[in-house]
Amino acid sequence: MNAKRTMIKMENQELLKAVEGYCAQGYRLVQICCVKETEGLVLHYTFDKDYDLIDLSISIAEGAPVPSITTIYPCAFLYENEIHDLFGLTIQDINVDFKGLLYKVTVARPFNPAVDPAARERS
Amino acid sequence: MSSVSSSKHTVIPFGPQHPVLPEPLHFDFVLEDEKIVDVIPSIGYVHRGLEILASKKEFTEFVYVAERICGICSFIHGMGYCEALEEIMHIEVPGRAQNLRVIWSELSRVHSHLLWLGLAADAFGFENLFMQAWRAREGVLDIIEETTGARVIFGACKIGGVRKDIDGDTLSRIADVLNKLQSEVQAVCDIFLKDSSVKHRLCGVGLLSREDAYALGAVGPMLRASGLAYDCRKLGYAAFSDINFSIVTETDGDCYARCSVRIREIYQSFDIIRQTIAKMPGGEICAKFKGVPDGEALVRFEQPRGEVVYYVKANGTKFLTRFRARTPTFANIPAMMQVLKGANFADVPTIVLTIDPCISCTER
Repeated sequence: MNAKRTMIKMENQELLKAVEGYCAQGYRLVQICCVKETEGLVLHYTFDKDYDLIDLSISIAEGAPVPSITTIYPCAFLYENEIHDLFGLTIQDINVDFKGLLYKVTVARPFNPAVDPAARERS
Repeated sequence: MSSVSSSKHTVIPFGPQHPVLPEPLHFDFVLEDEKIVDVIPSIGYVHRGLEILASKKEFTEFVYVAERICGICSFIHGMGYCEALEEIMHIEVPGRAQNLRVIWSELSRVHSHLLWLGLAADAFGFENLFMQAWRAREGVLDIIEETTGARVIFGACKIGGVRKDIDGDTLSRIADVLNKLQSEVQAVCDIFLKDSSVKHRLCGVGLLSREDAYALGAVGPMLRASGLAYDCRKLGYAAFSDINFSIVTETDGDCYARCSVRIREIYQSFDIIRQTIAKMPGGEICAKFKGVPDGEALVRFEQPRGEVVYYVKANGTKFLTRFRARTPTFANIPAMMQVLKGANFADVPTIVLTIDPCISCTER
């Protein structure tokens, strides 16, 4: 099977409109993945339809908030809570917001390199 | 949460330690009499942060960590990591290694489904069926031990191919063993699918509609039992492009349908292994490579519990920038919440077990 895989970079403010578009076209949310870059974070939103994969990525400045996509894809709440807990990213208006309690971590945002490595090791 | 404060509602905590749960998972069930009206899941009791180790272990060593995400589908985790690196580094894996990967990944599927079959039987009090399912699983583990030297963490996959070969005589013997094993498994599964007491516990319980399964991002047998034919093996990774198989689906979307999908997938895996043995090519089992990875890859595989997604990003050093595994149980939690709403409280153990949650994968 020759499934297509498309990686698209876009601006933060274009995200919700693009996600709404994929939802309307019948795409399934596969995952949301957060990657720490040299400056800030990159979020990957991955969608699938008939094995064709679309990966939308947006760059987020450190400390900048991101809108939740749970109004479009309700199942996104776990991914968004996970990213908040592990990377410290502020995601606004998550439909089911665990407020930092999804993961029981002893060091806040343990996957964010800004965290003291020694503290992370101790945890 | 306003319903929680209502005097008609009762909140019952379930887990994280519970006889039916082999791993820690917690739910707060909001009940109206015996009916569940809302459910709030809670995970993260044993989150291990394995993904962050990708930046501390050399990329060739990290395969050992990837395999340890889970003890049941360990091989596919290792294979997924290796294939992501092979894509980034443009490594052509020899055909024999690709076929050996198919054999071990399908053996993983069989032993995972048999393990689940036993746990599900135990959940509704059919202990003899639990013991028979696990006895049959031992036969699969024996093959895995004979071919890899291990029963849980195979250690057989490496970047570029596999570490161990299986000689022709052993492959023929495995094909014979599988034939005997299939008749044993068939006897156990026939009881599971035909017994009236089992049907009484499973039929019409834990319904998930086709629309909900898709919208909530369900994967694996959970999705296929609701009538959606989606199986990542059809993407043709490893040597699956050369294998002839149809996606197993059911349409009822209940606990029984999910069991039926898994049981039929056991037979299908036996058939896939036989096909692979029949067309096993000769040649090398591992490609040599030089250099360090630079780039990113997003790959998908079909674990026993469903689609798993690996994202790997490398920066031209020996250490990866990011390794991410989106495991099937993580994707199935929203669908599990939907299934539990409206169910009777007494059916919770059965419903949770037929989803086959793997918290080890989820708490990677």
